[in-house]
Amino acid sequence: MDQNIYVKMEGISKSFGTVKANDNVNLTVKKGEIHALLGENGAGKSTLMNMLSGFYKPDSGSIYIHGEAVKFDSPKDSIKKGIGMIHQHYKLVEAMTAAQNIVLGQKGSFFLSQKKIKEKIKKVAESYGLNINYDKKIYEMSIGEKQGTEILKVLYQGADILIMDEPTAVLTPQETEKLFKILKNMAREGCSIIIITHKLQEVMEISDKVTVLRKGQTVKTLETKNTNSKELTDLMVGRAVDLSIENPKVELGEEILKVEGLTAEDIEKVEVLKDISFSLHKGEILGVAGVAGSGQKELCEAIAGLYKIKKGKILFENENLVGLSPRDIIYRGISMSFIPEDRLGMGLVASMDMVDNYLLKEQHKQKGIFIKRKPVKEKCKSMIDKLEIQTPGTSHPVKQLSGGNIQKVLIGREIDTNPHVLITAYAVRGLDIASSHTIYDLLNEQKKKGVGILFIGEDLDVLLKLCDRIMVLSSGKVTGIVSTKETTKEKIGFLMSDEIDTEVIAL
Amino acid sequence: MLVNLLKASVVAGTPLLLATLGELITEKAGNLNLGVEGMMLIGAISGFALGFYFQNPYMALIGAIIAGAVSALIYAFLTVTLRSNQVVSGLSLTIFGTGLSSFIGTNFVGKKMSSQVIDFFKPIQIPLISKIPILGEVLFNQDIYVYFSYFLALILGVYLYKTRKGMNLSAIGENPSAADAAGIKIDLYKYVHILVGGALCGLGGAYLSVVQVPTWQENITAGRGWIAIALVIFSKWNPLKSIYGAYLFGGLSIIGFRIQYLNISQNLLNMLPYIVTIVVLVFSSLNKSKEGSPPKALSLPYFREER
Amino acid sequence: MRMIKRENISNKKAIQIRTGAIIGSLILSGLFIFFLGHNPLDVFISMMDGAFGSIYRIKDTINIIIPLIMTSLGLMIAFKMKFWNIGGEGQILIGALFASYFALNFSFLPKPILLLVMFIFGFIGGALWALVPAVLKVKFETNETITTLMMNYIALNLVTYLQYGPWKDPQSFGFPKIANFTENALLPKVFGLHIGWIVTILAVVIISIFVSKTKYGYEIKVVGESKDTANYSGIRVNRVIIRGLIISGGICGIVGMMEVSGVNGTLTDQVSAGYGYTAIITTWLSGLKPSFIIPVSVLFAGLIKGGGFIQTAYQIPQSAAEIIQSMILFFVIGSEFFVQYKLVPDKRNEKGRERNVS
Repeated sequence: MDQNIYVKMEGISKSFGTVKANDNVNLTVKKGEIHALLGENGAGKSTLMNMLSGFYKPDSGSIYIHGEAVKFDSPKDSIKKGIGMIHQHYKLVEAMTAAQNIVLGQKGSFFLSQKKIKEKIKKVAESYGLNINYDKKIYEMSIGEKQGTEILKVLYQGADILIMDEPTAVLTPQETEKLFKILKNMAREGCSIIIITHKLQEVMEISDKVTVLRKGQTVKTLETKNTNSKELTDLMVGRAVDLSIENPKVELGEEILKVEGLTAEDIEKVEVLKDISFSLHKGEILGVAGVAGSGQKELCEAIAGLYKIKKGKILFENENLVGLSPRDIIYRGISMSFIPEDRLGMGLVASMDMVDNYLLKEQHKQKGIFIKRKPVKEKCKSMIDKLEIQTPGTSHPVKQLSGGNIQKVLIGREIDTNPHVLITAYAVRGLDIASSHTIYDLLNEQKKKGVGILFIGEDLDVLLKLCDRIMVLSSGKVTGIVSTKETTKEKIGFLMSDEIDTEVIAL
Repeated sequence: MLVNLLKASVVAGTPLLLATLGELITEKAGNLNLGVEGMMLIGAISGFALGFYFQNPYMALIGAIIAGAVSALIYAFLTVTLRSNQVVSGLSLTIFGTGLSSFIGTNFVGKKMSSQVIDFFKPIQIPLISKIPILGEVLFNQDIYVYFSYFLALILGVYLYKTRKGMNLSAIGENPSAADAAGIKIDLYKYVHILVGGALCGLGGAYLSVVQVPTWQENITAGRGWIAIALVIFSKWNPLKSIYGAYLFGGLSIIGFRIQYLNISQNLLNMLPYIVTIVVLVFSSLNKSKEGSPPKALSLPYFREER
Repeated sequence: MRMIKRENISNKKAIQIRTGAIIGSLILSGLFIFFLGHNPLDVFISMMDGAFGSIYRIKDTINIIIPLIMTSLGLMIAFKMKFWNIGGEGQILIGALFASYFALNFSFLPKPILLLVMFIFGFIGGALWALVPAVLKVKFETNETITTLMMNYIALNLVTYLQYGPWKDPQSFGFPKIANFTENALLPKVFGLHIGWIVTILAVVIISIFVSKTKYGYEIKVVGESKDTANYSGIRVNRVIIRGLIISGGICGIVGMMEVSGVNGTLTDQVSAGYGYTAIITTWLSGLKPSFIIPVSVLFAGLIKGGGFIQTAYQIPQSAAEIIQSMILFFVIGSEFFVQYKLVPDKRNEKGRERNVS
């Protein structure tokens, strides 16, 4: 076999329960090639790469690395063959330093010699132009620094096949640019790079070849220079699609929520929200942008009464909410839905059915000590119809639904409470395009009703289209509030980046 | 008088120290084993029975080590391979150990350990350092079992903080998924450390039945296994710090006999270690900083293909 | 072979797996008995005979079933919140102690009133004993497994202290024993059994309704599944935990009251008889469902009673029953794996090759 073919995956299939995540997928990557894996959320990109990195075992199919047939039983086997994967959610031990994380699991002398290790890391880092403070603990690092540590770890292991799963999702546009320079550098040195993404312009910008996956199947592999965004979109979605997001014109109502000088600390006494002030009007969608961990979660929780506030006010119709219990805040018509990385997180109880999950918010309104499930069941049924939720029935545990349907249950319930203020974080996380649009439509419908919506998002393109204004958070501070009509992606990217963070992946 | 009390505290603290170290490395691997009491009891009866039959101290030690490790194997198989709930698996092990030790011990109740074994574990003065005032007598005029426990605490300290394997172990307890991605064999590490942990708990139990008491009585551990679990929290998962904790509680458990002249009821004094355990736990749980907090993945099962 | 997670499993299959586990554990126990030099079948039959072989024996067994069911109900409420209350022993002892205080000092009260007072204070005693770990848990996040257990030892020493000291019966000729209760501090009998069996049946019904039909039960379930979610949805988590533990400990306290008043007629340090520990097993095996607590408790009461019987019949120590119990437990918790996952053969690099050359 051709020695220049670094990766060859043939006829790979993998099911999770009844879901076929990969169905007869093929992929070939050559030496020095940057290969993009493109597909919608749920197309099976991560699953495929997790099999290449030894995390999952395929149900059937063959994998050849450097021309040799391999059968990985664990990530260890894959690392031995020179494969390094940087997962979407970094696999770093928070309580350890960067240096410790980098040498984790590697062979070497029985006793650890910090000095020798650091020298070796330095050598590797310099040859690729990475710059990291090795003695810093991971929990003290910014997202960019964590990614740098991950890359360095893979290089230190001597990998010549690098897999990156959605590496830019958490980066500012500026950081993304720097990352791409490093990747191109590495490809020139002879590494093969597979980059998983669902962003078209990134594919066009960085890749040599692109393989499109749809619903677990390979659609096509193309030379990037011979294709264009339109063709890729159609291949990815399987039909011609309208990617536009509505932004209906609604007369701006009165101010409904006003936050003044909000400051909060975490248990380590580190300020996570610093003097945040903004206002939200009826009939407005206020977007919140920022790299992950800039204080989005804390802001949501603070408004919902779940995070301890040190200073500042949260005024809802001129009443200060600070100090009220979550229950009192719910009573006032403020609804918060936060979709965490694992989707279920705190909005829903995984093992309970739809009715019991609906009751989470509904039970307080019921009188007496007994709980009434019948009327709620009817509401759930109508929600299933309205939002086209795919479920065997209302008494099916929600954890067995697919991601999109789980999110519809959560957001549907929150909207059903007829809120005055709707806070929603990462509402379309992990959803395919069609489901995402259902959610956008739901939010727009609420906006037309005069609800004030705080929309915390990841994708700047979506934020720019859907929202009326965007507030940018960086390290817990508001770095700007801009009208979407008068700004650009680059400007927001600039506001997102802290001066310190931009130095992280330095070339 | 004080020297005698301190010296006896070290003796009484030794089973606690061994069990604490055993639980500590088990927890470092991310496994909360609530079966310490059971493993100590199984170790205690096995050590006693073999020492008694063969009149041989080595047989007692080997018996305790193997019995402790084998009983930990049940827990390891349930929680690592079968991913069962760790709390329930550990509790079951304690119930099993209580039953098994009482079952085997039926014929030994009230019997005294053979004199060959007792003689073997007589205090041995260490030349020179046993002459240090107070400390020398307290720490270095003890039996070899006690010396072994010092040695073990030191070794484990070095192992955890200075070696590659120790670092890999900590990574598993903190974030098994990251450790897995780094190519560490999680199940193997877990098994090895749970088994070694069990062996140490077994040794701790056997110290009671073979050296300290040394007569068989039912339920000889009387809750020491649970105190050991609390001591792991108290020591912030640091083997060296567990030494103080163990001797403090050793002292508490014998103080009753020492102040009998005060005419305080023995039963009330017996409550002391348990009450102090609660108090100490409360103080330990006030610590909320990232350093000295439990392994993050403690008591969570790990399955690579979980989605 | 490799394992994969099951998405769905039919109830029938799940029950088959669990039943298989119990049968497996009995086979292993049989082997254990065989190695002791007895015929396992004979021993099992004689255990059954010892537990259920005559009216008299059945009555004795029911006297074990009652406290087991009650204690399991109490622990179940805590376990549903993932609050590992293993302090049933202590809660039973303190419930018994509180009830005994009134039995010994207020024996002049009319029988119904005295019994009611004892019942209420039994509940209060157990509840107080559970309240300490519960408060420490919500205030300081102190590990409840250890605190509840420490409370057991404290309770045991306290009762022993009273028995050997201040409460010792002066008429017992120096024997460390607390005076027997007077007639009006003893539970009346219905059909030859103390009235506790009626209390137990009522408790099963009430607790079933409590956990599945009331808001409190619903909140307990949510707290158990996820404290974050509970908080988020406006449930006052700390209040739910405290309330749950008062009920949990209180029910165990009632067990203590029923044991001193219905069975022993006095307080001893043996009153809890290990029910607090055995109930951990029965509660878990019942899958935290009140209706399953009954059959599991019957099985375990049979094992305990039968275990006592084979001690005299075969000279097998009573603790053999404990070993069998824990074997059942090991098998059933291990079998959960097969409910959640299944093993499939590894088929990689076999089919893929011919199927696909694109």
